[in-house]
Order: sequence, then structure tokens, then C-alpha cells
Amino acid sequence: MSLSVDDGEFLCVVGPSGCGKTTLLKCVAGLLRPTQGSVLLRGKPVTRPPEEMALVFQEYSRSLMPWASVANNVLLPLRHKKLGRGERKALVRDSLEAVGLGAASDRYPWQLSGGMQQRVAIARALAYQPSILLMDEPFASVDAQTRGDLEDLTLRVREEYGITIVFVTHDIDESVYLADRVVVLTHAPTEVKEIVGVALPKPRDQISTKELPDFAHLRAHVYRLIKREQVAAGEPEAGEPATVTVGK
Amino acid sequence: MSPRAQSAVKLGLEIAVPIGLLLAWQAWTVHAQSQYFPRLSTILVQFRDMWLFSQFGEHVVPSLERILLGFGIAVVVGIALGIPLGFSRWGRVAAMPHIEFWRAIPPPALLPISVVLLHSIGNVQKVSFIAFFCVFPILLNTIDGVRGIDPTLIDTARSYGIRRAARIRRIVLPAAMPQIAAGMRISLALAVIIMVVSEYFSSTSGVGYVLLISKNTFQMGPMWAAIVLIGVLGYLLGLAFALAERYFLAWHRGWRAVNPG
Repeated sequence: MSLSVDDGEFLCVVGPSGCGKTTLLKCVAGLLRPTQGSVLLRGKPVTRPPEEMALVFQEYSRSLMPWASVANNVLLPLRHKKLGRGERKALVRDSLEAVGLGAASDRYPWQLSGGMQQRVAIARALAYQPSILLMDEPFASVDAQTRGDLEDLTLRVREEYGITIVFVTHDIDESVYLADRVVVLTHAPTEVKEIVGVALPKPRDQISTKELPDFAHLRAHVYRLIKREQVAAGEPEAGEPATVTVGK
Repeated sequence: MSPRAQSAVKLGLEIAVPIGLLLAWQAWTVHAQSQYFPRLSTILVQFRDMWLFSQFGEHVVPSLERILLGFGIAVVVGIALGIPLGFSRWGRVAAMPHIEFWRAIPPPALLPISVVLLHSIGNVQKVSFIAFFCVFPILLNTIDGVRGIDPTLIDTARSYGIRRAARIRRIVLPAAMPQIAAGMRISLALAVIIMVVSEYFSSTSGVGYVLLISKNTFQMGPMWAAIVLIGVLGYLLGLAFALAERYFLAWHRGWRAVNPG
């Protein structure tokens, strides 16, 4: 698989389940070493998590420290950057405001709802001021309405901070809604099946963008690609009952 | 029953049951009139005479010092060894047989060796003896605590470029602390027992020494007063620890309430 991400773009990665999207992201993040090939960041190989990259996981509740307040959770990555104390506090405050959690800074993560916890994880990533944000199915465990809010938050944050985002998801609608380009992966052994450019107007909106015929076409196109992959991998298509044989 | 009434009943029971037992003890010893079981009232009078406060400085303070020092050393050593072992499977494979072996030996069996090796029955010998046995609950619980840390938490720290030393200080230690505290609780109770054992065997001061001397001179009153004191010490230490744990690990209770099992 060979893939390149442009500076400042929003790249979504979709593919059938089990094709290795999370593994890919972990390799890009420097958490896993690829057995073959390499990850290059501005020409230099990535051997350990690069300083300009931040990662947002799907399991937000497991990535937040339960013994620390929300503010201290957001503060953690900043402690190791060369910043003054006042600067750090300001960054924490600003990023919590940006995700709408200004009032929750003294609460504990487990006192918050799932959507709010994921916002804390996003705030933490923002305060770190990365130039690249990697997100691994971050809204999969969140209810549908909150998901829409968080998607818009991500877009807004990207506009405001100018971050490059690589976003892994299995939600096709989400991928088309958010992306500048959508990378569609095949099933294992995984390759890039197609890269779909998304030329929808900005700023995106949950209602008007999704009304556009282009949105429906793009979405259908990606969906068809994925479906073909699922069939090729031997997964039962939705709606087809799995056959059960009883007896001889 | 309302929550407030429930707490009142719980507190009432906590106070009433021991008092009931004490009254029963008094009634029985008065009735039994045995030389070996003096009346509770006699014991309490002895208790006041000895421990409040004439022999307090002479005996209780050294004993407490030994307990706290031995316990403190065990905490540091147990955690310092437990963290790397928690991370290293090979380390565990190599170390566990030794740990299990030494852990299985009852303290009295090692007392003579401790005295001979250190050529003394002074504080160093006592404290090291206590520390040795108190290491094991903390060590084993630290290992388990570290092994049980959610890898997502570690991955998160790594992805933000937090190096190993800082990760251990800020992530591993707090995350494993509930488990470590459970080990500490056991070790604290163990420290009291081992202190008494080591002083009873050979010592020149301390509550265990008083126990030994009064036994040898057939003074039942002081002997029982020493026993009561040891119980009270153990209880108060446990209480202090529980209060500290409640404060420092309050987050854990809250987190558990939301994430059962």
C-alpha cells in the first residue's frame, strides 16, 4: 500500500472490517513498527511517535486518566513541552472552550457522558497543538446525534487551527461528509482500492451538504466499492440470512 | 430505611458490638476467677498505668518506629521491584520461583538467621526483618496492578511522546495504585504481627518485649494489657490507613461506580 497525505487536508480512510485500518494508523503514529515499508513524515522516517502528531482513539474512556480532572487530563501532554505554566493553563482553557467544555474542567472523566469524554480527548489533542491529527474511529462509540456535533466540531477545529487530519472510520456517510479525499481499502491482504476526491462545498453542514445530489453520488460510489470488497471477502451481505444446516 | 438512618445504624453497630463483647468479657472473667484470665477491669487499670503514659515512650514508641520504618522500606522496595517485573514477562519467569519460595517461609523460622546474620538484636535487625516480610504483599500486588493497566492508556501516553520515566510516574503508578494500596493494607497488618514476633523472640525494648517479660515473670495483668495494646495499635493503624486510602483513592470509587467489573 502506498499512500500520501497532503499538508492541511482532511483524509478519510474507510474499508471493510478487519482490513487493518487501526494497524495502519498505529504505524503512521509511530506506535507500531511496520514489518515492511516505512512511514515518512516530511521526508524523514517515523520510528517513534513524532512530536507534531496527536492521536485520538475510539475508546475515549480508556484513554483518559480516571484519577485526574478533565483539566489535568488535557494538561498531561503539555507537561513535556517547553512551555511556561501560564501558557499551559491558557492552552488547556482555550482548548476546553473550543470543544464546549469550559465549565467541566474540574470534573472527573467518569462523571461525564461518552460524547463529553470524547470531547476531552479531542481537547487534549488540540492543546498539544499538533500539525497532524490522527483519529481512529473516534465517534463510533458515541450516539448518532452527538456524532453529528462532534463531526462539525472536528471540521471547525480543522478550519481554525489548520491541522492535517487522517480520519479512520467505517461510517461511509461520515467519511464523505468530512473528507477532502476518501481512501477506500480492500479486504486483507489490504491495498488501496481507490482514492475518491470529495469536491463538496465548504463549510459543510449536516443538513444542506447531505441534501446535495453530489453527496448522494459520492456516498453511493464509496458504498459500492466497500460492498464489493465485503462480497469478495466472503462476508454475508446484509439482508441475506446466514444458512444453518441441521442434521446430516 | 433512609440512607441517613442506615449510616446511623451502621455506626451504632460498630460501637455497640465491641462494647457488648467487652461487657461479656468482664462478666466472664469475674465469674471465672482464673489466675490466667484477670478481670477486664483489672486489665484496663493496668493498661492505663502502663501505657498512659509511663511506659509509652519506653516501649510503644520504639515498637511504632519499627513498624513504620519496616513498612516504609517495604513499600519503596516492593513498588520499585514490582513495576519492572510487572512489565517484563521474562523478569517474572525468572523471579517468581524465588519470590514464592521466600514468601512461603514463616517469619519465626527466619528469626534466628536474621539475628545471627546481622550480629544484633537492635533496631536494624528488627526493621529489616519486618521489611523483608512486608515486601511480598506489596510486591505481588504491584506486579498485578501494573499488568492490569489498560494498554490504551499507555499507548495514549506514548503517542504524546511521554518518555518512560514520566510514564511510570504519571500513568503507571496512579493506575496501579488501587491494587498497590490493597497490598499495603495487608503489609501494614503484617508489620504489626512481625514486630511482635521479633520483639518477643529477642529484644530489649518494645511492646513484644513487655509481653515476653511479663510472661516470664508470671504477671498476667501487664501481659494482658500488652495484648490489648497490640490490638489497639493494629486497629488504629488500620483505621489511619483506611482514611488515607479513602482520601487518595476517592477517584477509584467514583470510577468503579461507573465502570463496574
